[in-house]
Amino acid sequence: MTDLERRQDRAPVPSGWDYAPAPEARDIVTLEERYGLYIGGELVEPKSGEYFPTVSPASEEVLAEVGQAGPEDVDLAVQAARDAYDNGWSAISPAERAKYLFRIARILQERSREFAVLESLNGGKPIKESRDVDLPLAAAHFFYYAGWADKLEYAFPHRRPRSVGVAGQIIPWNFPLLMLAWKIAPALAGGNTVVLKPAESTPLSALLFADVLRQAELPPGVVNIVTGDGRAGAELVKHPDVDKIAFTGSTEVGKAIQRELAGTGKRLTLELGGKAANIIFDDAALDQAVEGIVNGIYFNQGHVCCAGSRLLVQESIYEPVIEKLKRRLTTLRVGDPLDKNTDVGAINSKQQLEKIEELVRSGEEEGADIYQPPCRLPEKGWWFVPTVFTNVAQSYRIAQEEIFGPVLSVLTFRTPDEAVEKANNTPYGLSAGVWTEKGSRILSMASRLEAGVVWANTYNRFDPTSPFGGYKESGFGREGGLHGLEPYLDLEESEVRG
Amino acid sequence: MTRLPVRKTYKLFVGGDFPRSESGRTYEAQGQNVARASRKDVRDAVRAARGAFGKWRGMTAYNRGQVLYRIAEMMESRKEELAEFSSGREEIETAVDRWVWYAGWADKYAQVLGTSNPVAAPYFNFTIPEPTGVVGIVAPEEPALDGLVGRLAPVIVGGNTAVVLASESSPLAAIELAEALATSDVPGGVVNILTGFKAELAPWLAGHMDVNAIDVAGADGEIPELERLAAENVKRVVRGRADRQSPYEIAAFLELKTVWHPIGV
Repeated sequence: MTDLERRQDRAPVPSGWDYAPAPEARDIVTLEERYGLYIGGELVEPKSGEYFPTVSPASEEVLAEVGQAGPEDVDLAVQAARDAYDNGWSAISPAERAKYLFRIARILQERSREFAVLESLNGGKPIKESRDVDLPLAAAHFFYYAGWADKLEYAFPHRRPRSVGVAGQIIPWNFPLLMLAWKIAPALAGGNTVVLKPAESTPLSALLFADVLRQAELPPGVVNIVTGDGRAGAELVKHPDVDKIAFTGSTEVGKAIQRELAGTGKRLTLELGGKAANIIFDDAALDQAVEGIVNGIYFNQGHVCCAGSRLLVQESIYEPVIEKLKRRLTTLRVGDPLDKNTDVGAINSKQQLEKIEELVRSGEEEGADIYQPPCRLPEKGWWFVPTVFTNVAQSYRIAQEEIFGPVLSVLTFRTPDEAVEKANNTPYGLSAGVWTEKGSRILSMASRLEAGVVWANTYNRFDPTSPFGGYKESGFGREGGLHGLEPYLDLEESEVRG
Repeated sequence: MTRLPVRKTYKLFVGGDFPRSESGRTYEAQGQNVARASRKDVRDAVRAARGAFGKWRGMTAYNRGQVLYRIAEMMESRKEELAEFSSGREEIETAVDRWVWYAGWADKYAQVLGTSNPVAAPYFNFTIPEPTGVVGIVAPEEPALDGLVGRLAPVIVGGNTAVVLASESSPLAAIELAEALATSDVPGGVVNILTGFKAELAPWLAGHMDVNAIDVAGADGEIPELERLAAENVKRVVRGRADRQSPYEIAAFLELKTVWHPIGV
């Protein structure tokens, strides 16, 4: 440590600083009082007759009422998708299909601020994240897959790519529009039609996306959106005329879907939970690593399946890392998602908040030490202070179970072998992080970690060209990149050998 | 006086050894008493496969390719015996050539199936295929030998280890193959072969929490039940076909790993 660093280390924490409010204007979003289901190119009233309120988790304010799709509604949506598939979409020239996707990408870019505000309003995530991460990536995803639509035969040597049919897609609430893009873009590029079921708590950006489809003049029925709770998803999964199911969500529900589809021959891809290890070696650039730790677990309130929720610190640097981390935590701004200075927004739902609280209680009861920076939380809405647990044993629930909130569990290790063993000691296998300045160690760790994505000296980076998905109980199939096309194509070999 | 031939005892192949079934049971197939494996034999075989996984996946691709080629050599020299227990010479030759074909893929599939990804930020980003782990294979009933080889070769060339349930009605060729494997350079535990009743054994394999993937090629009517059991640990289920030979058969048992690193000075 240099003198300067030592002095900085002793510098008082700027906890007294207040930031003037910097709210993003909300009036860019126009909300309807009530939204129907998007079926056959129109918003229609649900046959179920049921609606449910959707709220802002930062204020508990009701934003709109949204239709609850019943069995009949899901059936109509699947029929609309089937009709669209049979009557044109699967036969349209791939180059034209590409152009629809390019249009969608462009319209998302044009309307990105509107979407960003809506996403923060309905989901609780900080506007700087929805503006700088969710929206650019969602548009980029459509742009990337647009270009694949008329080049599929170059992607898989010796195979004949053909569309699969109707894809049923179920997405989570943590990145509502981005997950929509991850699902819909490759499906349409492959010539399929879609029935999408957004998450119960975050339906609004998907319903606004329906308006993008209108502007893009996408033929009716190519994309259908059925809102509602898990019942609507279950109907979609078991619908006999759906050819492929893609699900992103909890491992528990993923397993239930895999069971439900057993013996049907339907295609399935699952992107499930995670409990990623973020591993810091003693030769890492510590300040960068601390930023990576913070980004790894507090990005999007920790509502990230690939969040670096288990910090593995090499014993010799445990103290400086924890000290720097705690100090950094005191500077995180928790509060109004629509404030441009906010780092950590609202917890997505009351139910999720209760789950986080329950697991945090278990951590305290099992004997871990809890640290939470001083923090004023708004009175209304659902909030959780960024939390660090130290003195965590591998057997504790907070080291084993996915918390899906801003809660970090810190463990230590001595040798690279021990780090690998601890990192892999979980049924999950979605992602991992490695921080070291030694290149050979990065490559050795990257090869030994059982994870679909390994971030070295960085964390939580995403890109449409980069495949994403899990090992083990984190699911199967990849989204993004060339590999992300495969789930949406029937890839018969052009000539079978042997 | 004619000489009385010395008969062979047909046993299981687990961890490089030839144990009897721990249950002490046998059943009669192709005129011989054959070991009838039990749930515990499945467990032992999975343990052997897991134990062998680290070393096998850690070998260089070139090395794995040579080991597979060596299997072809060993089978070629046992052609007569193998032909006796299968549909004949032609099946054996097909199977031997299959090993040779897959041997050549060992150091190539990663170049066909992997990618380097031009992300829109200063990061080096690549995707490489890696073995999924322990793979259960319910081998096709027919062709008993070539069907097994056709499903096994793509699994192990990718660095996985395997627990195979041999053809129930024609198990002898599988055991003969095990003897060829034991005298080749395949490390013990990489391939484990069980004989017995598939309906009894396959569910244990499909539900086993330390099996990463299962190929239900020879499972017929039991597939729905096996797929249900597989969900317990989100197992990859492959509905393999005996006549398939392609690098995509290797891909079916591979995971894709994407690695990011910043580019900077």
